[in-house]
Amino acid sequence: MGQDHALKQTPLNPIHRRTGARMVDFAGWDMPVQYESAVKEHLAVRTAAGLFDVSHMGEIEIRGPDALSLLQELTCNDVAALQIGQVQYSALMHPRGTFVDDTTVYRRGVDHYFLCVNASNQEKDFAWIWEHAQGRVTVENSSDCYAQLAVQGPEALSILQPLSSVPLEDIRRYWFIEGKFVDVACIISRTGYTGEDGFELYFPPEFAEKIWTAVLEAGKPRGLLPSGLAARNTLRLEAKMALYGNDIDETTTVLEADLGWIVKWHKGSFIGRDVLERQKREGVPRKLVGFEMVDRGIARDHHPVYLNDKPAGQVCSGSYAPFLEKSIGLLYLPWEHCTLGNEFSVDVRGKKLKARVVATPFYKRPK
Amino acid sequence: MNLEDLRYTKDHEWILVENQIGTVGITDHAQHQLGDVVFVELPKVGDSFNAGEAFGSVESVKAVSELYCPVSGQVIDVNEKLRETPEMINSEPYGGGWMIKIKLRNLQEQKNLLSASEYTALTQQEKE
Repeated sequence: MGQDHALKQTPLNPIHRRTGARMVDFAGWDMPVQYESAVKEHLAVRTAAGLFDVSHMGEIEIRGPDALSLLQELTCNDVAALQIGQVQYSALMHPRGTFVDDTTVYRRGVDHYFLCVNASNQEKDFAWIWEHAQGRVTVENSSDCYAQLAVQGPEALSILQPLSSVPLEDIRRYWFIEGKFVDVACIISRTGYTGEDGFELYFPPEFAEKIWTAVLEAGKPRGLLPSGLAARNTLRLEAKMALYGNDIDETTTVLEADLGWIVKWHKGSFIGRDVLERQKREGVPRKLVGFEMVDRGIARDHHPVYLNDKPAGQVCSGSYAPFLEKSIGLLYLPWEHCTLGNEFSVDVRGKKLKARVVATPFYKRPK
Repeated sequence: MNLEDLRYTKDHEWILVENQIGTVGITDHAQHQLGDVVFVELPKVGDSFNAGEAFGSVESVKAVSELYCPVSGQVIDVNEKLRETPEMINSEPYGGGWMIKIKLRNLQEQKNLLSASEYTALTQQEKE
Protein backbone atom coordinates (compact mmCIF):
# COMPACT_ATOMS: atom_id res chain seq x y z
CA MET A 1 0.00 0.00 0.00
CA GLY A 2 1.49 3.29 -1.04
CA GLN A 3 1.50 6.13 1.43
CA ASP A 4 -0.59 9.07 0.33
CA HIS A 5 1.66 12.10 0.56
CA ALA A 6 -1.27 14.45 0.18
CA LEU A 7 -2.44 13.52 3.68
CA LYS A 8 -1.26 15.56 6.63
CA GLN A 9 0.76 13.77 9.27
CA THR A 10 1.07 14.26 13.00
CA PRO A 11 4.60 14.28 14.44
CA LEU A 12 3.94 10.73 15.69
CA ASN A 13 3.17 9.31 12.26
CA PRO A 14 6.46 7.35 12.01
CA ILE A 15 5.83 5.83 15.45
CA HIS A 16 2.31 4.75 14.52
CA ARG A 17 3.54 3.12 11.33
CA ARG A 18 6.43 1.41 13.12
CA THR A 19 3.99 0.12 15.76
CA GLY A 20 1.92 -1.46 13.00
CA ALA A 21 -1.14 0.71 13.50
CA ARG A 22 -3.78 0.58 10.81
CA MET A 23 -3.88 4.06 9.27
CA VAL A 24 -6.85 5.82 7.70
CA ASP A 25 -7.60 9.14 6.10
CA PHE A 26 -9.47 11.13 8.74
CA ALA A 27 -10.36 14.69 7.76
CA GLY A 28 -7.31 14.80 5.51
CA TRP A 29 -4.98 13.38 8.15
CA ASP A 30 -3.19 10.04 8.07
CA MET A 31 -4.35 8.77 11.47
CA PRO A 32 -4.19 5.48 13.40
CA VAL A 33 -7.65 3.91 13.47
CA GLN A 34 -6.47 1.03 15.65
CA TYR A 35 -3.25 -0.55 16.83
CA GLU A 36 -3.92 -4.20 17.65
CA SER A 37 -7.59 -4.26 18.49
CA ALA A 38 -10.23 -1.55 18.64
CA VAL A 39 -12.19 -3.56 21.21
CA LYS A 40 -9.19 -4.09 23.52
CA GLU A 41 -8.30 -0.40 23.23
CA HIS A 42 -11.85 0.61 24.13
CA LEU A 43 -11.91 -1.72 27.14
CA ALA A 44 -8.46 -0.56 28.25
CA VAL A 45 -9.77 3.01 28.51
CA ARG A 46 -12.80 1.89 30.56
CA THR A 47 -10.77 -0.28 32.96
CA ALA A 48 -7.17 1.07 32.88
CA ALA A 49 -6.03 3.72 30.39
CA GLY A 50 -5.52 4.55 26.74
CA LEU A 51 -3.10 6.90 24.98
CA PHE A 52 -4.39 8.76 21.92
CA ASP A 53 -2.56 10.91 19.41
CA VAL A 54 -5.04 13.69 18.70
CA SER A 55 -2.57 16.12 17.18
CA HIS A 56 -4.88 16.53 14.19
CA MET A 57 -7.17 18.70 16.35
CA GLY A 58 -6.95 22.41 15.58
CA GLU A 59 -5.98 25.19 17.96
CA ILE A 60 -6.98 28.83 17.55
CA GLU A 61 -5.76 31.57 19.88
CA ILE A 62 -7.50 34.86 20.47
CA ARG A 63 -5.78 37.68 22.29
CA GLY A 64 -6.65 41.25 23.17
CA PRO A 65 -8.90 43.35 25.39
CA ASP A 66 -11.87 42.62 23.11
CA ALA A 67 -11.31 38.84 23.11
CA LEU A 68 -14.03 38.27 25.71
CA SER A 69 -16.69 40.32 23.93
CA LEU A 70 -15.85 38.67 20.58
CA LEU A 71 -16.14 35.16 22.05
CA GLN A 72 -19.38 36.08 23.82
CA GLU A 73 -20.78 37.03 20.43
CA LEU A 74 -19.40 33.93 18.65
CA THR A 75 -20.31 31.22 21.17
CA CYS A 76 -23.40 30.26 23.17
CA ASN A 77 -21.78 29.37 26.50
CA ASP A 78 -20.87 32.13 28.96
CA VAL A 79 -17.22 32.96 28.39
CA ALA A 80 -17.37 35.59 31.16
CA ALA A 81 -17.83 32.77 33.66
CA LEU A 82 -14.41 31.32 32.79
CA GLN A 83 -11.62 31.92 35.25
CA ILE A 84 -8.01 31.74 34.15
CA GLY A 85 -7.21 28.02 34.04
CA GLN A 86 -10.74 26.95 33.28
CA VAL A 87 -12.17 25.21 30.20
CA GLN A 88 -15.69 25.12 28.82
CA TYR A 89 -17.43 23.10 26.15
CA SER A 90 -19.23 25.37 23.72
CA ALA A 91 -20.37 25.95 20.17
CA LEU A 92 -19.17 28.39 17.54
CA MET A 93 -22.59 29.62 16.51
CA HIS A 94 -24.06 29.94 13.05
CA PRO A 95 -26.84 32.54 12.57
CA ARG A 96 -29.27 29.64 12.07
CA GLY A 97 -28.70 28.61 15.70
CA THR A 98 -26.58 25.74 14.41
CA PHE A 99 -22.94 24.71 14.73
CA VAL A 100 -20.10 26.26 12.79
CA ASP A 101 -18.21 23.89 15.09
CA ASP A 102 -18.20 22.55 18.62
CA THR A 103 -15.19 23.54 20.65
CA THR A 104 -13.55 23.71 24.04
CA VAL A 105 -12.65 27.25 25.14
CA TYR A 106 -9.61 27.63 27.42
CA ARG A 107 -8.92 30.87 29.28
CA ARG A 108 -5.14 31.14 29.47
CA GLY A 109 -4.81 34.75 30.59
CA VAL A 110 -6.81 37.87 31.30
CA ASP A 111 -7.25 38.54 27.57
CA HIS A 112 -5.98 35.28 26.13
CA TYR A 113 -8.28 32.46 25.00
CA PHE A 114 -7.39 29.18 23.32
CA LEU A 115 -9.90 27.14 21.33
CA CYS A 116 -9.53 23.46 20.57
CA VAL A 117 -11.52 22.80 17.38
CA ASN A 118 -12.23 19.88 15.07
CA ALA A 119 -9.52 19.02 12.55
CA SER A 120 -12.01 19.10 9.69
CA ASN A 121 -13.21 22.60 10.62
CA GLN A 122 -9.97 24.27 11.58
CA GLU A 123 -9.64 26.48 8.52
CA LYS A 124 -13.33 27.32 8.36
CA ASP A 125 -13.37 28.21 12.07
CA PHE A 126 -10.30 30.40 11.77
CA ALA A 127 -11.78 32.26 8.78
CA TRP A 128 -15.11 32.65 10.62
CA ILE A 129 -13.51 34.06 13.76
CA TRP A 130 -11.10 36.27 11.83
CA GLU A 131 -13.95 37.69 9.76
CA HIS A 132 -16.02 38.53 12.83
CA ALA A 133 -13.03 39.94 14.70
CA GLN A 134 -12.64 42.74 12.13
CA GLY A 135 -9.23 43.55 13.54
CA ARG A 136 -10.47 44.07 17.10
CA VAL A 137 -8.36 41.18 18.44
CA THR A 138 -5.43 39.04 17.39
CA VAL A 139 -6.60 35.72 15.95
CA GLU A 140 -4.00 33.07 15.30
CA ASN A 141 -4.43 29.61 13.82
CA SER A 142 -1.75 27.93 15.92
CA SER A 143 -2.69 24.38 14.96
CA ASP A 144 0.82 23.71 13.66
CA CYS A 145 2.33 24.87 16.97
CA TYR A 146 0.73 22.13 19.05
CA ALA A 147 0.74 18.39 19.22
CA GLN A 148 -1.98 16.92 21.42
CA LEU A 149 -2.13 13.67 23.35
CA ALA A 150 -5.08 12.38 25.33
CA VAL A 151 -4.51 10.00 28.24
CA GLN A 152 -7.86 8.64 29.31
CA GLY A 153 -9.08 6.11 31.83
CA PRO A 154 -9.26 5.43 35.57
CA GLU A 155 -5.48 4.89 35.73
CA ALA A 156 -4.60 8.09 33.84
CA LEU A 157 -3.82 10.11 36.95
CA SER A 158 -1.57 7.52 38.56
CA ILE A 159 0.26 6.91 35.29
CA LEU A 160 0.91 10.59 34.57
CA GLN A 161 1.71 11.90 38.05
CA PRO A 162 5.25 10.47 38.28
CA LEU A 163 6.07 12.26 35.00
CA SER A 164 5.28 15.74 36.31
CA SER A 165 5.97 17.90 39.34
CA VAL A 166 2.58 19.58 38.87
CA PRO A 167 0.07 18.14 41.36
CA LEU A 168 -2.26 16.67 38.75
CA GLU A 169 -4.79 15.51 41.30
CA ASP A 170 -5.52 19.15 42.13
CA ILE A 171 -6.59 19.92 38.58
CA ARG A 172 -10.35 19.72 38.67
CA ARG A 173 -12.47 18.42 35.82
CA TYR A 174 -12.59 21.04 33.03
CA TRP A 175 -9.66 22.98 34.45
CA PHE A 176 -6.05 23.06 33.26
CA ILE A 177 -2.59 24.07 34.36
CA GLU A 178 0.32 25.29 32.26
CA GLY A 179 3.32 23.46 33.63
CA LYS A 180 6.12 21.03 33.00
CA PHE A 181 5.36 17.50 31.95
CA VAL A 182 8.42 15.32 31.28
CA ASP A 183 10.34 18.62 31.35
CA VAL A 184 8.27 20.04 28.50
CA ALA A 185 6.07 23.10 28.91
CA CYS A 186 2.53 21.81 28.39
CA ILE A 187 -1.08 22.73 28.76
CA ILE A 188 -2.26 19.93 31.06
CA SER A 189 -6.04 19.79 30.86
CA ARG A 190 -8.40 17.55 32.81
CA THR A 191 -10.70 16.95 29.87
CA GLY A 192 -11.43 14.25 27.35
CA TYR A 193 -13.72 12.68 24.81
CA THR A 194 -14.22 9.21 26.25
CA GLY A 195 -16.51 9.53 29.27
CA GLU A 196 -13.59 8.65 31.58
CA ASP A 197 -11.38 10.68 33.85
CA GLY A 198 -8.23 11.73 32.07
CA PHE A 199 -6.02 14.44 30.69
CA GLU A 200 -5.30 16.15 27.40
CA LEU A 201 -1.80 17.53 26.88
CA TYR A 202 -0.90 20.28 24.41
CA PHE A 203 2.76 20.98 23.65
CA PRO A 204 5.13 21.89 20.78
CA PRO A 205 5.24 19.11 18.15
CA GLU A 206 8.98 18.53 18.45
CA PHE A 207 8.42 16.93 21.87
CA ALA A 208 5.68 14.56 20.71
CA GLU A 209 7.85 11.48 20.45
CA LYS A 210 9.46 12.10 23.83
CA ILE A 211 6.13 12.51 25.63
CA TRP A 212 4.41 9.67 23.76
CA THR A 213 7.22 7.27 24.67
CA ALA A 214 7.35 8.39 28.31
CA VAL A 215 3.59 7.93 28.80
CA LEU A 216 3.59 4.59 27.01
CA GLU A 217 6.44 3.25 29.16
CA ALA A 218 4.93 4.55 32.39
CA GLY A 219 1.51 3.23 31.47
CA LYS A 220 2.31 -0.24 30.22
CA PRO A 221 2.59 -1.85 33.68
CA ARG A 222 -0.83 -0.38 34.49
CA GLY A 223 -2.55 -1.68 31.38
CA LEU A 224 -2.38 1.43 29.19
CA LEU A 225 -2.72 0.76 25.48
CA PRO A 226 -2.00 3.08 22.56
CA SER A 227 -5.49 3.62 21.15
CA GLY A 228 -6.82 4.69 17.81
CA LEU A 229 -9.72 6.62 16.35
CA ALA A 230 -12.02 3.57 16.28
CA ALA A 231 -11.88 3.27 20.07
CA ARG A 232 -12.11 7.04 20.44
CA ASN A 233 -15.35 6.98 18.44
CA THR A 234 -17.01 4.10 20.31
CA LEU A 235 -15.93 5.58 23.67
CA ARG A 236 -17.40 9.00 22.91
CA LEU A 237 -20.57 7.38 21.57
CA GLU A 238 -21.11 5.33 24.77
CA ALA A 239 -20.70 8.61 26.68
CA LYS A 240 -23.07 10.37 24.21
CA MET A 241 -20.58 13.05 23.25
CA ALA A 242 -21.46 14.58 19.89
CA LEU A 243 -19.28 14.15 16.82
CA TYR A 244 -19.21 17.05 14.38
CA GLY A 245 -20.20 15.93 10.90
CA ASN A 246 -22.24 13.02 12.26
CA ASP A 247 -24.43 14.28 15.08
CA ILE A 248 -24.08 18.05 14.77
CA ASP A 249 -23.31 20.43 11.91
CA GLU A 250 -24.55 23.65 10.30
CA THR A 251 -28.04 22.17 9.88
CA THR A 252 -28.65 21.09 13.49
CA THR A 253 -29.40 23.63 16.19
CA VAL A 254 -27.80 23.46 19.61
CA LEU A 255 -31.18 22.74 21.20
CA GLU A 256 -32.07 20.03 18.68
CA ALA A 257 -28.71 18.45 19.55
CA ASP A 258 -29.93 18.29 23.16
CA LEU A 259 -27.06 20.53 24.24
CA GLY A 260 -29.22 23.16 25.94
CA TRP A 261 -26.85 23.10 28.91
CA ILE A 262 -24.18 24.95 26.90
CA VAL A 263 -26.61 27.79 26.09
CA LYS A 264 -26.43 30.52 28.73
CA TRP A 265 -29.43 32.80 28.30
CA HIS A 266 -28.34 35.36 30.89
CA LYS A 267 -25.20 36.35 28.98
CA GLY A 268 -26.76 38.66 26.42
CA SER A 269 -26.63 38.54 22.64
CA PHE A 270 -24.76 35.94 20.60
CA ILE A 271 -25.00 34.74 17.02
CA GLY A 272 -28.07 32.57 16.45
CA ARG A 273 -29.66 33.45 19.75
CA ASP A 274 -32.98 34.50 18.17
CA VAL A 275 -33.41 31.08 16.55
CA LEU A 276 -32.65 29.26 19.79
CA GLU A 277 -35.00 31.54 21.74
CA ARG A 278 -37.82 30.79 19.34
CA GLN A 279 -37.14 27.05 19.61
CA LYS A 280 -37.04 27.30 23.38
CA ARG A 281 -40.40 29.08 23.36
CA GLU A 282 -42.11 26.93 20.74
CA GLY A 283 -40.30 23.65 21.33
CA VAL A 284 -37.81 21.92 19.06
CA PRO A 285 -39.23 20.10 16.03
CA ARG A 286 -36.76 17.23 16.48
CA LYS A 287 -34.20 16.09 18.99
CA LEU A 288 -31.01 14.03 19.06
CA VAL A 289 -31.75 10.88 21.07
CA GLY A 290 -29.96 7.68 21.93
CA PHE A 291 -31.21 4.30 20.77
CA GLU A 292 -30.36 0.67 21.13
CA MET A 293 -31.21 -2.16 18.81
CA VAL A 294 -34.06 -4.44 19.78
CA ASP A 295 -33.50 -6.87 16.91
CA ARG A 296 -30.07 -8.44 16.45
CA GLY A 297 -27.86 -6.28 14.25
CA ILE A 298 -25.72 -3.19 14.16
CA ALA A 299 -27.15 0.10 12.92
CA ARG A 300 -24.37 2.22 11.50
CA ASP A 301 -23.83 5.83 10.46
CA HIS A 302 -26.26 6.92 7.70
CA HIS A 303 -28.48 3.83 7.78
CA PRO A 304 -32.03 4.90 6.82
CA VAL A 305 -34.63 5.17 9.58
CA TYR A 306 -38.38 4.47 9.39
CA LEU A 307 -41.20 5.52 11.68
CA ASN A 308 -44.36 3.51 11.05
CA ASP A 309 -42.87 2.48 7.69
CA LYS A 310 -42.36 6.10 6.60
CA PRO A 311 -38.83 7.42 5.94
CA ALA A 312 -37.65 9.44 8.96
CA GLY A 313 -34.08 10.40 8.25
CA GLN A 314 -31.02 8.39 9.10
CA VAL A 315 -28.77 7.19 11.90
CA CYS A 316 -26.22 9.89 12.83
CA SER A 317 -23.81 7.67 14.74
CA GLY A 318 -24.33 3.95 15.14
CA SER A 319 -22.00 1.24 16.32
CA TYR A 320 -21.45 -1.81 18.41
CA ALA A 321 -20.56 -0.59 21.90
CA PRO A 322 -17.68 -2.74 23.14
CA PHE A 323 -18.05 -2.01 26.88
CA LEU A 324 -21.85 -2.20 26.96
CA GLU A 325 -21.80 -5.17 24.58
CA LYS A 326 -24.76 -3.98 22.59
CA SER A 327 -25.58 -2.03 19.49
CA ILE A 328 -26.27 1.66 20.12
CA GLY A 329 -26.53 4.93 18.29
CA LEU A 330 -27.76 8.50 18.01
CA LEU A 331 -30.32 9.98 15.65
CA TYR A 332 -32.75 12.85 15.27
CA LEU A 333 -36.41 11.99 15.75
CA PRO A 334 -39.47 14.27 15.57
CA TRP A 335 -40.08 15.47 19.13
CA GLU A 336 -43.27 13.46 19.53
CA HIS A 337 -41.31 10.25 18.94
CA CYS A 338 -38.52 10.98 21.42
CA THR A 339 -40.18 9.35 24.42
CA LEU A 340 -38.07 6.68 26.11
CA GLY A 341 -39.04 3.24 24.86
CA ASN A 342 -40.47 4.52 21.57
CA GLU A 343 -39.74 2.10 18.75
CA PHE A 344 -38.71 2.69 15.16
CA SER A 345 -36.87 0.70 12.54
CA VAL A 346 -33.49 0.98 10.89
CA ASP A 347 -32.75 -0.32 7.42
CA VAL A 348 -29.61 -2.37 7.99
CA ARG A 349 -28.46 -3.38 4.52
CA GLY A 350 -31.93 -4.10 3.25
CA LYS A 351 -33.46 -5.47 6.45
CA LYS A 352 -35.69 -3.36 8.66
CA LEU A 353 -34.59 -3.98 12.23
CA LYS A 354 -36.36 -2.73 15.33
CA ALA A 355 -34.70 -0.18 17.63
CA ARG A 356 -35.91 1.83 20.62
CA VAL A 357 -35.19 5.18 22.25
CA VAL A 358 -33.20 4.81 25.49
CA ALA A 359 -31.86 7.10 28.20
CA THR A 360 -28.43 8.65 27.69
CA PRO A 361 -25.57 8.73 28.31
CA PHE A 362 -25.45 5.03 27.50
CA TYR A 363 -22.42 4.81 29.78
CA LYS A 364 -21.65 6.85 32.88
CA ARG A 365 -18.40 6.26 34.72
CA PRO A 366 -18.60 5.12 38.32
CA LYS A 367 -17.69 7.97 40.70
CA MET B 1 -6.21 -28.38 9.49
CA ASN B 2 -3.85 -28.26 6.53
CA LEU B 3 -4.39 -24.98 4.67
CA GLU B 4 -3.18 -26.73 1.47
CA ASP B 5 -6.35 -28.87 1.55
CA LEU B 6 -8.65 -25.85 1.42
CA ARG B 7 -9.97 -23.98 -1.59
CA TYR B 8 -10.43 -20.21 -1.50
CA THR B 9 -12.54 -17.43 -3.00
CA LYS B 10 -11.27 -14.04 -4.08
CA ASP B 11 -13.54 -12.67 -1.36
CA HIS B 12 -11.50 -14.47 1.31
CA GLU B 13 -13.75 -17.38 2.20
CA TRP B 14 -12.27 -20.85 2.53
CA ILE B 15 -13.99 -24.20 1.99
CA LEU B 16 -12.96 -27.71 2.96
CA VAL B 17 -14.82 -30.36 0.96
CA GLU B 18 -15.14 -33.87 2.37
CA ASN B 19 -17.70 -36.36 0.98
CA GLN B 20 -19.72 -33.70 -0.86
CA ILE B 21 -19.95 -31.62 2.33
CA GLY B 22 -18.16 -28.29 2.39
CA THR B 23 -17.21 -26.49 5.60
CA VAL B 24 -16.97 -22.72 5.04
CA GLY B 25 -15.26 -19.93 6.94
CA ILE B 26 -13.21 -16.78 6.33
CA THR B 27 -9.44 -16.75 6.05
CA ASP B 28 -6.91 -15.52 8.58
CA HIS B 29 -6.10 -12.68 6.20
CA ALA B 30 -9.79 -11.69 6.12
CA GLN B 31 -10.26 -11.74 9.89
CA HIS B 32 -7.10 -9.70 10.30
CA GLN B 33 -8.25 -7.11 7.78
CA LEU B 34 -11.66 -6.93 9.42
CA GLY B 35 -10.48 -6.58 13.01
CA ASP B 36 -12.37 -7.75 16.11
CA VAL B 37 -15.53 -9.49 14.94
CA VAL B 38 -18.41 -8.35 17.14
CA PHE B 39 -21.39 -9.65 15.18
CA VAL B 40 -22.15 -12.38 12.70
CA GLU B 41 -25.28 -13.10 10.72
CA LEU B 42 -25.63 -16.63 9.38
CA PRO B 43 -28.30 -18.45 7.36
CA LYS B 44 -30.64 -21.18 8.60
CA VAL B 45 -30.22 -24.88 8.05
CA GLY B 46 -32.07 -25.74 4.86
CA ASP B 47 -31.33 -22.44 3.06
CA SER B 48 -29.88 -22.83 -0.43
CA PHE B 49 -27.30 -20.64 -2.11
CA ASN B 50 -25.66 -20.37 -5.49
CA ALA B 51 -21.93 -19.99 -5.79
CA GLY B 52 -21.03 -16.33 -5.26
CA GLU B 53 -24.29 -15.51 -3.48
CA ALA B 54 -24.17 -13.76 -0.08
CA PHE B 55 -25.06 -16.17 2.74
CA GLY B 56 -24.49 -13.84 5.68
CA SER B 57 -22.26 -11.12 7.05
CA VAL B 58 -19.57 -10.47 9.63
CA GLU B 59 -19.12 -7.15 11.35
CA SER B 60 -16.28 -5.62 13.29
CA VAL B 61 -16.37 -2.33 15.19
CA LYS B 62 -15.55 -0.40 12.04
CA ALA B 63 -16.58 -2.57 9.11
CA VAL B 64 -19.13 -4.92 7.60
CA SER B 65 -18.19 -7.73 5.30
CA GLU B 66 -20.62 -9.84 3.28
CA LEU B 67 -19.98 -13.57 3.22
CA TYR B 68 -20.10 -15.18 -0.22
CA CYS B 69 -20.83 -18.82 -0.73
CA PRO B 70 -17.88 -20.53 -2.48
CA VAL B 71 -20.10 -23.20 -4.05
CA SER B 72 -23.78 -23.91 -4.74
CA GLY B 73 -25.70 -26.07 -2.33
CA GLN B 74 -27.88 -26.42 0.73
CA VAL B 75 -26.88 -25.47 4.28
CA ILE B 76 -26.92 -28.55 6.53
CA ASP B 77 -25.28 -27.07 9.64
CA VAL B 78 -24.60 -23.62 11.10
CA ASN B 79 -22.05 -22.77 13.79
CA GLU B 80 -24.49 -21.38 16.35
CA LYS B 81 -21.67 -20.78 18.86
CA LEU B 82 -20.61 -17.77 16.82
CA ARG B 83 -23.75 -15.89 17.88
CA GLU B 84 -22.40 -15.67 21.42
CA THR B 85 -18.68 -15.81 20.69
CA PRO B 86 -18.09 -14.18 17.30
CA GLU B 87 -14.51 -13.47 18.40
CA MET B 88 -13.75 -17.12 17.57
CA ILE B 89 -13.64 -15.98 13.95
CA ASN B 90 -10.55 -13.96 14.92
CA SER B 91 -8.90 -16.49 17.20
CA GLU B 92 -9.60 -19.68 15.19
CA PRO B 93 -10.55 -18.71 11.63
CA TYR B 94 -9.90 -22.25 10.34
CA GLY B 95 -11.19 -24.07 13.45
CA GLY B 96 -13.88 -22.98 15.88
CA GLY B 97 -14.60 -19.99 13.65
CA TRP B 98 -16.15 -22.08 10.85
CA MET B 99 -19.52 -20.72 9.77
CA ILE B 100 -21.61 -23.17 7.76
CA LYS B 101 -21.55 -26.68 6.36
CA ILE B 102 -23.07 -26.97 2.92
CA LYS B 103 -24.05 -29.98 0.79
CA LEU B 104 -22.54 -29.34 -2.64
CA ARG B 105 -24.91 -29.37 -5.60
CA ASN B 106 -22.11 -29.67 -8.13
CA LEU B 107 -18.70 -31.03 -7.19
CA GLN B 108 -17.17 -29.54 -10.35
CA GLU B 109 -17.64 -26.01 -9.01
CA GLN B 110 -14.67 -26.37 -6.68
CA LYS B 111 -12.42 -26.15 -9.70
CA ASN B 112 -13.32 -22.49 -10.08
CA LEU B 113 -11.88 -21.76 -6.65
CA LEU B 114 -8.33 -20.76 -5.80
CA SER B 115 -5.68 -23.14 -4.51
CA ALA B 116 -3.71 -22.26 -1.38
CA SER B 117 -0.78 -20.92 -3.41
CA GLU B 118 -3.05 -18.90 -5.70
CA TYR B 119 -4.80 -17.42 -2.68
CA THR B 120 -1.51 -16.54 -1.00
CA ALA B 121 -0.41 -14.79 -4.19
CA LEU B 122 -3.68 -12.82 -4.16
CA THR B 123 -3.19 -11.60 -0.59
CA GLN B 124 0.42 -10.69 -1.34
CA GLN B 125 -0.83 -8.57 -4.23
CA GLU B 126 -3.27 -6.80 -1.93
CA LYS B 127 -0.50 -5.91 0.48
CA GLU B 128 1.57 -4.29 -2.26
